[in-house]
Amino acid sequence: MPLLLACFGCGLMFGTGLLISGMTLPEKVLGFLDIFGAWDATLAFVMAGAVAVAAAGFALARRRGTPVLAPGHLWPARSDIDTPLVAGAALFGVGWGLVGICPGPALVNLAGLSLPIVVFVVAMALGMAGFGLLPTRSASSGTANSVIASRADG
Amino acid sequence: MHNLTPLSGLLGGALIGLATAGLMLLTGRIAGVSGIFGGLLAWQPGDRAWRLAFVAGLTTAPLIAALAGAPLPRPAMSANLVLVAVGGLLVGFGSRMGSGCTSGHGVCGFARLSLRSIGATLIFIGTAVVTVAVVRHGFGG
Repeated sequence: MPLLLACFGCGLMFGTGLLISGMTLPEKVLGFLDIFGAWDATLAFVMAGAVAVAAAGFALARRRGTPVLAPGHLWPARSDIDTPLVAGAALFGVGWGLVGICPGPALVNLAGLSLPIVVFVVAMALGMAGFGLLPTRSASSGTANSVIASRADG
Repeated sequence: MHNLTPLSGLLGGALIGLATAGLMLLTGRIAGVSGIFGGLLAWQPGDRAWRLAFVAGLTTAPLIAALAGAPLPRPAMSANLVLVAVGGLLVGFGSRMGSGCTSGHGVCGFARLSLRSIGATLIFIGTAVVTVAVVRHGFGG
């Protein structure tokens, strides 16, 4: 139960950060991506703040050695740049650029139950499930299957 | 640059970073939203509860903000629901194929100085910039 509370609390804080930063608003995200229009650099400030604090936290996590509520850290195991990474990231970017929403903001915005957000989340879930149905998964990297999903990059 | 909101951006970003650091320090897990949510859709019993708890936290954030008087998030989006659905499909499929999104590759990957994640982030920002350029300005279209 402490583990679930911790996950809930971190999700709550993550979602609050997305709301405060304005990153739940597609126009802010598209404004950053629109480098040929009225460019809005806010997303870069959000990333800078997030990466700086996360990097400090990760450094602390590595020094401590063991998480408070789990036997070990599930650091992502892979460091190679392979075809699925490149193709997947490219497809993700096209979808992100079309709508201005990515998975985190989609799930935060779900609270408002607006029709476009519901359509987006359902389509996103179908896309994720659809990839899971493909026979040639790229997830195998030699580690145990049971922890693969948790050891993925994100 | 008239839309720039750097202070709320930095503050919100720091909170995102704190949540990311907290999830690693407490539970040992990477705060990658597409991985966490995607794992809910995979057939992997016993690995679902923590994912559901994190996602519930994300969706609860605006509900708590609403208690403090903020409106529920109903962001202005394209009225073209087919386009929204295509975007959702691409975001879902692409994030799983590329094993991460803006949080897992962008925030966590940069914080770990992972070349794999930094590469993925540069690629998806690149294709997103091109997509917006084509949609809004008709370049190359």
